[in-house]
Amino acid sequence: MEKPDEKLGEGFLSSLNDFVPPWLDLRSTLSTGFFLLAGFIAALVVGWILFPMILYSKQPQPINFNHAVHIDEESGIEGETETEKCLYCHEFREDGSFAGIPKIDKCIECHDDPESSIGETLEEKEFLQNYVAEEKEVSWFSYYRQPDCVYFSHIAHVNMGKQECFVCHGDHGKSEKIPVYQQNRLTGYSINIWGKRLSGWKTNTWDRMKMDDCAECHTKTGHEENNACFVCHK
Amino acid sequence: MKKDHGHVGKKYGMVIDLDKCTGCGTCMTACAAENNVSVRKDESDKERSITWIQLYQISNGKKFPDTRYSYFPRPCMHCDEDGRGGHHPSCVSVCVASATKLDPHTGIVSQIYTRCIGCRYCQAACPFDARYFNWWDAYFPKEKGLERYLSPDVSPRMRGVIEKCSFCHHRLMRAKNQAYAEGRREIEEHEYITACTEACPVQAITFGDLNNPKHKVHELIQLPTAFRLLERLNTKPKVYYLSTKDWVRRLADNYRPGEFKRLSKGS
Repeated sequence: MEKPDEKLGEGFLSSLNDFVPPWLDLRSTLSTGFFLLAGFIAALVVGWILFPMILYSKQPQPINFNHAVHIDEESGIEGETETEKCLYCHEFREDGSFAGIPKIDKCIECHDDPESSIGETLEEKEFLQNYVAEEKEVSWFSYYRQPDCVYFSHIAHVNMGKQECFVCHGDHGKSEKIPVYQQNRLTGYSINIWGKRLSGWKTNTWDRMKMDDCAECHTKTGHEENNACFVCHK
Repeated sequence: MKKDHGHVGKKYGMVIDLDKCTGCGTCMTACAAENNVSVRKDESDKERSITWIQLYQISNGKKFPDTRYSYFPRPCMHCDEDGRGGHHPSCVSVCVASATKLDPHTGIVSQIYTRCIGCRYCQAACPFDARYFNWWDAYFPKEKGLERYLSPDVSPRMRGVIEKCSFCHHRLMRAKNQAYAEGRREIEEHEYITACTEACPVQAITFGDLNNPKHKVHELIQLPTAFRLLERLNTKPKVYYLSTKDWVRRLADNYRPGEFKRLSKGS
């Protein structure tokens, strides 16, 4: 029996109709499918785009810091290698522990004069007046703070393993403006630990700082013995 | 699966001289302070309190004037094997979450609190009762200022996980850092000792690398007075004891009649 074409409207649907069992209403099935698909896409948008935006709080650092100026070959810190320049401020203590973000004393070593010519921009002036002159610590947010159960030895990687800073920290040391600090509202960890992509996709060694990334590098560089649990856990 | 894992490198171990031990309990206190061991509101409830190194009192059971007492400090034994031919300690082979592992490079049995699921299989499997379960979240009375004494080198445990002696593994990492800062790869014998070893007022505890002939522990475990707890279980513990007293050595294991060999005549 021939079906009236004007009722279905589309040739595609009518050709499909020959294959579907008579009890199945093709039109309502397709519209249900369309809504399911739309809902699925909406859920994906919420999960992959909106949720990450809500998940991380954004806090600007109290003051900008220009890494690039400080490692500049002409006016910056002297040093033969890039690592040596980094280590001038982010130094090792005598017992081999890592000092991390330097204290204001380290800044004052060079910027001791509040009236000095270094304060060219407004932000630099503000830094000299509010922090250097008053010897007040800057309350920096740390981008790379690991969870409490993690032990990491910088000196083992930098001095012994001869790893460059950028392997884990990327081009942070060459940036002119430090990024906004993003903190996971649920876990309290910085976005640099999980990585900027929620899916965990990474293209560079410095994209993430999770256990798998540490283990991956240990395995690749032939230090599998350092994948033992207690090496990085405490 | 690799059958013969062996100790490729170091094998840290401990020798405790029971003839020197006075049972003062300084090792327990030093251990608790070093490793952020939380306190219970009722510390007298010994079934629930946590002591990484436990002090046992033993007696020869004789009447006065022949009564003798001795003390057994018992940390985690860091066993090498499970005693039935398996090349993992019994706690490791039962762990369903891979939260505890024997590191073949140091011989130390690790316990990762964030990985532990709290099934307590390892606690049941341990022949030495060296593992403790956190029934509550860590508690450090604030008004007493105890939380200010917490060590940043050891992560405090959460409710629902097992914890145990780690041979102060963070001290090994600290010693390594110091060595690296001085451009050395290897650490000296005295640079890595556990908190209990350091605190013992009579120096009854000696700590070092059992595989290294230059270390004192290597020499001590060769002594005829050296023995281990429950040695016939064959779990190959890395904690050795020294005692010249036969009754102490006899209590360290379950001997069948005629099986125990005396060191000296009498006593």
